[in-house]
Amino acid sequence: MNILKPSKHNIKTYLPAGIIFILLGFLDVTMNSFFKVNLVAFFPGIISYFFPLIIGFIGLYLIRLEYSGIRNLDILNKNINSNNFNAILSLLTLFIIIKSISPLINWFFLDANFIGNSKEDCTGDGACWVFIKVWFRRLIYGMYPDPEQWRINTAFLLLFTLVGITFFAPAKFKKYFILFLIFIYPFIGIKLIGGGNFGLTYVETAAWGGLSLTFIISAFAIIFCFPIGVFLALGRRSDLPAIKYISIGFIELWRGVPLITVLFMASVMFPMFLPDGTFIDKLIRVLFAITMFEAAYMAEVVRGGLQALPKGQYEAARSLGMGYWRMNFLIILPQALKLVIPGIANTLLALVKDTPLIFVVGLMELAGMIRLAKTNPKWLGMAMEGYVFAGLVFWIICYAMSRYSQNLEKKLSTER
Amino acid sequence: MGKIIELKKVNKWFDKFQVLKDIDLEVASQEKIVICGPSGSGKSTLIRCINRLEEHQEGNIIIDGTELAENTKNIEKIRAEVGMVFQQFNLFPHLSILDNCTLAPIWVKKLPKKEAEEVAMKNLTRVQIDDQAHKFPGQLSGGQQQRAAIARALCMEPKIMLFDEPTSALDPEMIKEVLDVMVDLAKGGMTMIVVTHEMGFAKEVADYMIFMDEGKIVERAKTNEFFENPKSDRTKLFLSQIL
Repeated sequence: MNILKPSKHNIKTYLPAGIIFILLGFLDVTMNSFFKVNLVAFFPGIISYFFPLIIGFIGLYLIRLEYSGIRNLDILNKNINSNNFNAILSLLTLFIIIKSISPLINWFFLDANFIGNSKEDCTGDGACWVFIKVWFRRLIYGMYPDPEQWRINTAFLLLFTLVGITFFAPAKFKKYFILFLIFIYPFIGIKLIGGGNFGLTYVETAAWGGLSLTFIISAFAIIFCFPIGVFLALGRRSDLPAIKYISIGFIELWRGVPLITVLFMASVMFPMFLPDGTFIDKLIRVLFAITMFEAAYMAEVVRGGLQALPKGQYEAARSLGMGYWRMNFLIILPQALKLVIPGIANTLLALVKDTPLIFVVGLMELAGMIRLAKTNPKWLGMAMEGYVFAGLVFWIICYAMSRYSQNLEKKLSTER
Repeated sequence: MGKIIELKKVNKWFDKFQVLKDIDLEVASQEKIVICGPSGSGKSTLIRCINRLEEHQEGNIIIDGTELAENTKNIEKIRAEVGMVFQQFNLFPHLSILDNCTLAPIWVKKLPKKEAEEVAMKNLTRVQIDDQAHKFPGQLSGGQQQRAAIARALCMEPKIMLFDEPTSALDPEMIKEVLDVMVDLAKGGMTMIVVTHEMGFAKEVADYMIFMDEGKIVERAKTNEFFENPKSDRTKLFLSQIL
């Protein structure tokens, strides 16, 4: 048995042998998964099924050595091949990944249909991307009339240009751009998309929809829920009882109710309390509801940061003669917000993913439009393609936000 | 020389526990006072009352002719005139050393940025860390951080400096660099109240020594007398333990 054990002396022969065994295992799995060819069909069924695992395991056993002096081999052994159990676990994981790649590729690309413009053109076994192609404009713009869609494009192009300029602008002008973005741009954007004057035809908000509505709602809610949340967090820690209890009441009220209920209230109950003849647009009511709801969550995240700061920071700020507002805005909040960037990102991601709930009031953003499209008699049975598409889009948005928050954390770190 | 700090019959409680009992204290301008005493004797609380980081419940505290009371504007004005140095430095970690020093002058005293930076560099040079001005607090040693904290307080050009055990959180080899800065400050004529256990420093700079125990001032004496001929037994016991 000692002869079979890999050691420093026989590693020269064992390493190539082990690698060949492992490669054989992988070759078998790959052939099986991609080309439906069973290389070891001559073995009885069960052995042929487990053949790659057995042969891979032997290969890994042959190359397992405490310290070989070969750097890559040592790294491999330490990470995925430290003992028999780990070797099998590593092989299983890799094999499962290889096995599942091929059906996914087939469904997404190889067997999928891209050409055509009706459901009947989808003859392959894979995804029917024709569905997404035909409905693409509706998924992006909702029921917004086709000839007016340039207005949405312009609004978003303007936004992205402004954000880009702000990002690269010299530090001196940055704050003006940011103020413009927060306080002036939203009104320009809304006027551009909503229309009604300046020669733009009026497009009622009920026609807004699709991905652009997702962006509009998310952007507004993010811009407004953040400052409101910060003030609520400060309010909850205030020494003045009135402000403190109002903040607590507000936070607990909004946090304790499901968003779907809040939206329903905003659209159905709220108008009943308005005097006759007054009318507030449904979209505005919904925006207000989402903003308040997320602000309550934001407040608690920010409060966590405020509480994590040592008392000494407050005392140092006060001992320098700073009042409440200067202390909070110059000393406390910059540090507290930096501490809770992960929590803030968490809340904002949840906000973006909560937007599909606006379907309860009849507004349809991306997921809502897909729900509508898949129930179209001509396109029945396209739910899978639709939701995979929506999932991908949401994932891209959320992943981008998550990366941005990580960069921000790194950039603001002062511990080098 | 007029009185710059005056405490009359100051009493303070934390809940039921009385931390300060009938404190009477007068400090003239440019006087240096060192407060010592066992832990829990109320020394820190006393100097924290002087810039109202703690509230007193009875008695009067008058700083430079202004009484410390509920009026917020008064309190902020007094705090801008009274510099404070903490045991834990309490520098602002998100700002560079220079920004730490210029922040309060710019936002509280409304100094133009350029002028504030000049003042800051002057004070950083005085505490000998002008070469660290653009680093962040986390990159400095404890001694350097404490000197930066002193510079930050000096940038407000205070009339009085309070030191709350400034060397207690430092490694032994860094204590001297901080004490040197404080000695230099004392020689420059600053009014100082220092809570410390560094008796060498006390002998060198203090005009008066104050010994506190259980919230009371047990003994107040000229420095020489205090060390050579303490009157109360409690002081004698304390001195025999730390000297």
